[in-house]
Amino acid sequence: MTRIGRWIGSHLVLTGGLLVLLYMYIPNIIVAIMSFNDSSGARNLYKFQKFTWDNWLHPCAPNNLCSSVVTSIEIGLLATIGATVIGTFAAFGLVRHRFAGRTAMNLVLFLPMATPEIVMGSSLLALFVAAGLGGQLGFWTILIAHIMFCISFVVVTVKSRLAGLDGNLEQAAADLYANEWQTFWKVTFPLVFPGILSAALLAFSLSFDDFIITNLNSGQTVTFPMYVWGAAQRGVPMQVNVIGTLMFLVALAAVIIGEVGARRRRKALAAR
Amino acid sequence: MSQVSSGTGRDLRLTGLHKTYPNGFTAVHDLDLVVPQGSFFALLGPSGCGKTTTLRMVAGLETPTKGTISIGDTDITETKPYNRPVNTVFQNYALFPHLSIAENVEFGLKRRKVYDSGKQVQEILALTELVEQGPKRPGQLSGGQQQRVALARAIVNRPEVLLLDEPLGALDLKLRRAMQVELKRIQEEVGITFVHVTHDQEEAMSMADTVAVMNQGVIEQMGSPYDLYTNPHTTFVANFLGRSNLIRATVVGREGTGDDAVVKADMHGTVATVKASKVHTDAKDVLLGIRPEKVLIQPEGTAIDAPGSSISGGVVVDASYLGVSTDYTVRMPWGQEIICFEQNTGRRGGLIPVGTTVDVSWRPEFAFLLDASQDVDAGIVEED
Repeated sequence: MTRIGRWIGSHLVLTGGLLVLLYMYIPNIIVAIMSFNDSSGARNLYKFQKFTWDNWLHPCAPNNLCSSVVTSIEIGLLATIGATVIGTFAAFGLVRHRFAGRTAMNLVLFLPMATPEIVMGSSLLALFVAAGLGGQLGFWTILIAHIMFCISFVVVTVKSRLAGLDGNLEQAAADLYANEWQTFWKVTFPLVFPGILSAALLAFSLSFDDFIITNLNSGQTVTFPMYVWGAAQRGVPMQVNVIGTLMFLVALAAVIIGEVGARRRRKALAAR
Repeated sequence: MSQVSSGTGRDLRLTGLHKTYPNGFTAVHDLDLVVPQGSFFALLGPSGCGKTTTLRMVAGLETPTKGTISIGDTDITETKPYNRPVNTVFQNYALFPHLSIAENVEFGLKRRKVYDSGKQVQEILALTELVEQGPKRPGQLSGGQQQRVALARAIVNRPEVLLLDEPLGALDLKLRRAMQVELKRIQEEVGITFVHVTHDQEEAMSMADTVAVMNQGVIEQMGSPYDLYTNPHTTFVANFLGRSNLIRATVVGREGTGDDAVVKADMHGTVATVKASKVHTDAKDVLLGIRPEKVLIQPEGTAIDAPGSSISGGVVVDASYLGVSTDYTVRMPWGQEIICFEQNTGRRGGLIPVGTTVDVSWRPEFAFLLDASQDVDAGIVEED
């Protein structure tokens, strides 16, 4: 009894950790498995029936699936660029300058993150309609909405990186004959860049993923999350699992490449 | 920007330099200062005395409220920091973490598009014994190495003036001593004007040709370490630079002329003489100053081998044996405690026990006379 107790004691953390990991990744695993499912028999049954390569060979077979993915990527990229540029400028302004209303500004920029999406989405819709854009809802209104809610996340991410930056470094650059422009590009930007990059990645995944706000302001335009939602009413085509698995693999590859690169750099430095 | 010009006339000159911050705090008060070209100059003072602000104004990182800064005939008061022939070694080194050591050192040369920057970098890395560290990042170096990188990064540009802001403050005592020697060696080798800001009086004295003691935004006194120590003009300097016994006295007469001129002062019944060149007051109420190691101590009744101002009736209240020396604290008949450092030459063959009645004396030429209207405790610092 005590032996078993001791065994559990010494393995509790490990077992617990593995269970939590399993819990987190079961959905991804199921999606990956289902991407090989032949559902031609019963479309509205989300259940593994027969193995097939078909879904991977013809991912664009279902109508509008791939076009919705393209739309989502387009909006995601544009929203990322827009939000990252605006948010980075805002972060610099908030960290580097003391001005009246700075504290209020911080709060105002933080609020959208705390606002329920349904509230933000419906107020945006009301705004667009009031502005006379009710008939033109679509790609551009979605983009405007996405840039808007991504800005807060970018500001917060870049701001924390910028606040951790030693102000002496810029003075040292100025002392070493770098003018304002050179100081920014040679010292400030390279040091803040990791923050900007992670803000951009965050913005893209937020935009790509968004359903509620998008759905309220989309008009006839269909993004990937909306496509899945719509398809779910009639039975999800198994190709959706292919897209899902691909997205997961891309994210995984990005993480692995980043980690391998960092490890190689460390090793190269250590070897010198 | 330019090479160090041979010959003279490129002195750093601060004229009426004044800095008041927007919150009303005056950090530097109408400072006039000339730092001769090629000298090792120390600005010494407690924290908050304005020494760092002065340095930052010279670097161009702080704008003076009024006054001018010039090097030779060139007025650089309004010049941008990146256009000044001045480089700084920052207190926390401020090395660029994303660049290698070699790239850090090359930074200034690259900005000025110096064509053989690679060669110059290697030379300076050799001078500072950092060749091995060239490809590493600052985060992989020890504190002492980082300090040398900061120094190399500044002097590779051959500035006319090198500013050092507490450059050894972050190092431990042993490394600090080693780096003091190193800094002095490098300064002699490159011949650049060094302006060194520090609160460590030992550091300032061991390295600098000239020391300016700063307090509350003004320079209290400036001179060679020897002059400052042996002939302080204010109680602040007397206490901040080493330690001093300051004894209240009343001037009772002045005698002699020229080099022989002396002032006689009555300290609680004993009349002491002080050389006129070491008298820094016209007042009648004065403080007679004497450095602890100049005070000789001997049990009552035995002969003291120095002619001079002698006082009897002191009682040893504390004796701290420190190996090379012994610190005695002696309570004088009027209640004041004076300190006396005695070298342990072995001549005495032991310590004077606490409670012994002693005579103390000193040679008159070692004493100095200050105005008694000053704060007697000004400049006293806790040992660190």
